[in-house]
Amino acid sequence: MPAPARPAKSAFRLLRRSSPLPGFGLSLGFTLFYLTTIVLLPLLAIVLRGLRGGPGVFLHAIATPRVLAACRVTLESALLAALLSAAFGMLVAWVLARYRFPGRSIMDALIDLPFALPTAVAGISLTTLYSSDGWLGRFLEPHGIHIAFTQWGIVIAMSFVGSPFVVRTVQPVLEELDHSMEEAAASLGASRWQIFTRVLFPVSLPALLTGTALAFARAAGEYGSVIFIAGNMPMKTEIAALLIVTKLEEYDYTGAAAIAIAMLVLSLLVMIAINLLQWRIQRREGKRT
Amino acid sequence: MSSHGSHSALGSPSLANKLVRLTLIAAALFIVALFLVLPLVSVFVQAFAQGWRMYVDAVRQDDVISALKLTLLVTALAVPLNVVFGIAASWAITRFDFVGKNALITLIDIPLAVSPVVAGMMYIEVFGLHGWFGPWLDAHNVHIVFAVPGIVLATIFVTFPFVARELIPFMQAQGSDEEEAAVVLGAGAFSVFWRVTLPNIKWALLYGAILAASRSIGEFGAVSVLSGHIRGRTTTLPLAVEMSYNEYNFTAAFAAASLLSFAAVITLAIKKILESTSGIHSSAGREKDRA
Repeated sequence: MPAPARPAKSAFRLLRRSSPLPGFGLSLGFTLFYLTTIVLLPLLAIVLRGLRGGPGVFLHAIATPRVLAACRVTLESALLAALLSAAFGMLVAWVLARYRFPGRSIMDALIDLPFALPTAVAGISLTTLYSSDGWLGRFLEPHGIHIAFTQWGIVIAMSFVGSPFVVRTVQPVLEELDHSMEEAAASLGASRWQIFTRVLFPVSLPALLTGTALAFARAAGEYGSVIFIAGNMPMKTEIAALLIVTKLEEYDYTGAAAIAIAMLVLSLLVMIAINLLQWRIQRREGKRT
Repeated sequence: MSSHGSHSALGSPSLANKLVRLTLIAAALFIVALFLVLPLVSVFVQAFAQGWRMYVDAVRQDDVISALKLTLLVTALAVPLNVVFGIAASWAITRFDFVGKNALITLIDIPLAVSPVVAGMMYIEVFGLHGWFGPWLDAHNVHIVFAVPGIVLATIFVTFPFVARELIPFMQAQGSDEEEAAVVLGAGAFSVFWRVTLPNIKWALLYGAILAASRSIGEFGAVSVLSGHIRGRTTTLPLAVEMSYNEYNFTAAFAAASLLSFAAVITLAIKKILESTSGIHSSAGREKDRA
């Protein structure tokens, strides 16, 4: 992560377009200073810690069965949770964007609940709901469906925190969609299903993928809502974020930093993927106009 | 928002279409109720399970009161700092052209992509006893890690982009004509900001600050790593929830959780009001507005 060098004040003037407005140096200077102190230097500290011993030490810290199992559980659960969020998000975004019905605006407000509800609260509440004597667990466990303290519990918690991302990326696209395309398809004899699969779905696909990627990134790094419901059994239901905390408590800073670097690389890849998707969306919009 | 017209434009809705529509609405309502409403309701039911009196006693415990105070203190420090940063960053980004602007916008989003646990760990690497400044700080008796300053830092990090993300697209859309006119008419920097910019951006600014405050109040992972869990001293409200829960004191855990859930519901209500009165929308999904 290259820290942006702070050019000297005279160089600033070369970089900026002439504008009559004041405060360029002050606002950009403060922005870069704050960004560097709060975000970039601390990130650099982790990367340096993880790589201090060289690639051998780093790989040795990563390639233990427990760490690999935690990474597998995290990735698997986050992927499943992102897919669940995508299905949930597509349905809810469609209903919110297309239909008017009593309770719609309350539903619209509730979608952001997972953003607003503290993760620890979500964690203990979901655990209570899905445990064997909980409101939902009571009905599921007699059928052999165990959610709390299994990997499914992790998936449920991760999809809870990831669900708003898909709704909030797809909903505006469906709302702003030009109806003339649908009308053209309908006048050419397309059925409603064909209109959805051939017109609406392709147009909203980049937004759906972006939302799903955001939900995946959030799920992969999630901690608070997961640790209560997961049961946290090493090799089985232990997530990577929890293993970092465990290693920190054991003063194994190198081991913790190695997992952290792996997670940072994952988020970096997701961010790149999202930026590519956005670039594609903009290019498509540019073509249309 | 022209969805009213869609059905009439596509011909009169047939019975099959009505059926599809009702099924989809019912499915969405059911899933939202099961998946989002039930966990929220469950918090309050569990909190009051032992009766009103037990709830009041649980909320009035010293540990809960001190956790609430610390949570409010941390929020009162983190949010204003991020508001100042948000204004500075969006002023620089939307009012001037400079090399590396897009890179800067992407860098501001980093905290959204970093796991809270990793966020907490970063500051241990910088300020912890085995970190960069740890030994020096320890020699001068300054405690950041496992103390309140660390909790504040972690909270600043996780709420870092919230204000900037709301302001950047908003100020971009607004343009700088009014401010340039003010400067041409002889207004100084301070009065341009105070009389022109601030009145224009106040709702978007408030919106971002509320999102940041909500996250500050509820942050768990990053704070948990840096807190040290010292009862009555470095325990925020979400940490108090965890500690009571792990001690099987469920009434106390859900009582503290009910305060946080109440704050969450208030946040959602204020958000909804701001969205409907001032036309501001969350930038969470509006990636395309940002480039």
